[in-house]
Amino acid sequence: MPFLFKNVKELIFDIEQFIDTVEQGVLLFREGVINYLNNETQSFEEKVGQIARLEATADKLQRKIDDGFYRRSILPQNAGDIETMLDRIDEIMDISKDNLYQFADEKPFIPESLLQDFLRVTHISVESALSVFPAIRVFFREPLKVKEMLTKVYFYEKEADKVARSIKRKLFHDMDDLKLSQKIHLRYFTLHIETISDKAEILADMLSIMALKMSI
Amino acid sequence: MITTLLYLSSGLFLGWSLGANDAANVFGTAVGSGMIKFKKAAIIASIFVILGAVVQGSGATETLGKLGSVSTLAAAFTVALSAALSVYWMTRMKLPVSTSQAIVGAIIGWNFYTNNPTDTGILIKIVTTWFAGPVLGAIFAVILFFMVKSILNNISFHILYRDAFIRSSLLIVGAFGAYSLGANNIANVMGVFTTAVKLPVINLGFIEINSTQQLFFIGGLAIAAGIITYSQHVMKTVGKTLMPLSPEAAMVVVLSQAIVLFIFSSKALSEAVQSVGLPPIPLVPVSSTQVVIGSIIGIGLYKGGKEIRYKILGSISLGWISTPVVAGLLSFFMLFFVNNVFKQDVGKEITTNPPVNKTFKDRFEQDVSNDTLLLTSYDYLKEDIAQEKENSPLNLIFLIVIPGIIVSFSILCYLYVKQKKKSVILNDKLKKITEEYELKVESFKNKIKDLENQETELDKELKFRQNEMVTMAMSIIQKNEFLNDLKKEISKIRTTVDDLDTRDKLNKLSLMISQNLALDHEREKFRMHLDEQNSKFLRRLSEKYPNLTDNDKRLIALLRLNLSSKEIASLLNISPKSVEMNRYRLRKKLKVSPKVNLTDFIRKF
Repeated sequence: MPFLFKNVKELIFDIEQFIDTVEQGVLLFREGVINYLNNETQSFEEKVGQIARLEATADKLQRKIDDGFYRRSILPQNAGDIETMLDRIDEIMDISKDNLYQFADEKPFIPESLLQDFLRVTHISVESALSVFPAIRVFFREPLKVKEMLTKVYFYEKEADKVARSIKRKLFHDMDDLKLSQKIHLRYFTLHIETISDKAEILADMLSIMALKMSI
Repeated sequence: MITTLLYLSSGLFLGWSLGANDAANVFGTAVGSGMIKFKKAAIIASIFVILGAVVQGSGATETLGKLGSVSTLAAAFTVALSAALSVYWMTRMKLPVSTSQAIVGAIIGWNFYTNNPTDTGILIKIVTTWFAGPVLGAIFAVILFFMVKSILNNISFHILYRDAFIRSSLLIVGAFGAYSLGANNIANVMGVFTTAVKLPVINLGFIEINSTQQLFFIGGLAIAAGIITYSQHVMKTVGKTLMPLSPEAAMVVVLSQAIVLFIFSSKALSEAVQSVGLPPIPLVPVSSTQVVIGSIIGIGLYKGGKEIRYKILGSISLGWISTPVVAGLLSFFMLFFVNNVFKQDVGKEITTNPPVNKTFKDRFEQDVSNDTLLLTSYDYLKEDIAQEKENSPLNLIFLIVIPGIIVSFSILCYLYVKQKKKSVILNDKLKKITEEYELKVESFKNKIKDLENQETELDKELKFRQNEMVTMAMSIIQKNEFLNDLKKEISKIRTTVDDLDTRDKLNKLSLMISQNLALDHEREKFRMHLDEQNSKFLRRLSEKYPNLTDNDKRLIALLRLNLSSKEIASLLNISPKSVEMNRYRLRKKLKVSPKVNLTDFIRKF
């Protein structure tokens, strides 16, 4: 019996570490974007390198957790759902990394007048993702309490949508000095940043359904 | 020894089938859901079934013995075989059946055949436990489910720890369930043999194993063989289809079943209850399947009772009547066959008191000796025949009870089979309709998927083409802007230059740029692309608005790309003001009100 609990302990540790890694990844993304917007090139490059390493670690951990669930047939009725949930968490990590890479590769020109808006959308979008992690941790301990923890995620997601829309409106309505190509470029970057909160929302939906399933 | 084993074979077969079927009640959900591996479950169940049978199997056996003490080996073989065949036949017929009820019926059949009285008190006790088993199972299940739910909902621990805890609990509870199953149900398997088979006591030094315990050990081995060889399939079926329970609920069901079976087999518990002044607990073999059903119904009731199929209760009740009747009749006729065809001794009437009635000869002699001879011999004879007729149990059985049972059973069977046939036909119809419906749904789904895929592909292509057009437009716009800037610069330089030759050269350069702007090959290419891409759309538009010119159509195509007036102007090498004018004209031709955005109108057309 202690052997069984030892395995479980290891798996719990891996899951916690996986969530921590993704959370760190999202925080790094935020810092990276801030560095980019403030023109702090060296710090930005450092963040790009760090996020790539974190993504690799998260992938390794996810594979280990997958293996643990199926090899020891842990939670046979819910393992599939939990695996899908871990996939969704990993998607947030992937998107954070990809977005930072896009900043590094495409070097979008962000006009001075839009700097604050970009900072705001980054903050809100990341905040939405950061609000989903405590709910994930609670799901593993008290699934019934998950729902009340997801309110923030939905709130920040809606806010991120609003700010992103206002950026797009500014770009296409008020900024005639910008070329269409630049407008489209910036429009896509707004979309990239906003995607993080969208993914957080998808994860929140999934969590609330899973919590409901667990409580029946 | 070999003869004894041969006679025991029917009991062993009964034990094997019990192990194959009833082990699923203990480990079914755990194995079916993948919580516990079959190998582990089979080993634990086998060990604990044997332990339960040897340690605690005697209680229920004694009660069966009181119902009818099957005295010979041939009779025990026949009784066990008739019970086994009844279970087999009724299972094939998909009728509700239980080994516990079959063996009771078979023993009563033996009682009837050998003219032994059936103790109605014991029979009532047994039938009461059949009813009490599922009810108690339901009560225990409700209490335990409430407790488990409260504990799990109020204590915060990781779901993986919860899983490990439930997994271990399922193992422990399963072991207890197997022990109780062995203790309670071994009476069904070996109970009828205990009077007929007397084996020498085995002394192991520290413990003595008597004949009954040895028989129970053999019976336990037969149950274990059933578990190991055949229960895997049943467990997987039970775990996935019949009992779609959560692991927590499965644990509660197995535990409540184990407790009920333990209660009805534990002598010590019965004595303990008696010692506090309460009536003793009847030690009777009960159907583990029926207790499990009772427990599941209990959980269902706790959850609100919406998902319960109450029909199953009727089916259990029917089993209480039909199983003993079928087994009893089969036992009676098989005993008759074994006794008269194979000339085997199937037991005699066990009489405890000397007969009260005296025969004609006895009374005649007594009357003569007492000098009280008053009646004629004819009267004595008449009286004796009448009394004999009245007292003969066989006559009573054949004339009233047996035909009554046969008639009622036939009616019951007829009604049941009729109902079964009806439900089979209805089920088949329903299956066909469901299958047809599912096929249709599936084909519709596939069609929708194909259409969606096609749409996605077309969308992708459209987007790609539009992007291509936009990119092309952008490059032309940028080039034209550059050329216009260049032209302006040249004009500025020209005003500052005095040398005529240079001014002439600069003029030529400006003209070249103007010509390039007017006759741009790239722009022509773009126009061709634009016309090609929008051909269908423009045809549709022309059908509705026949007065549209080529220039209008080109403007529409560019507006469809969501380009601004300035950008369009650059592409068409006209001024933005001209574009605005063209837009105004177009709006008029298309009859678009000033409140509606022209680009939106075109994009939605």
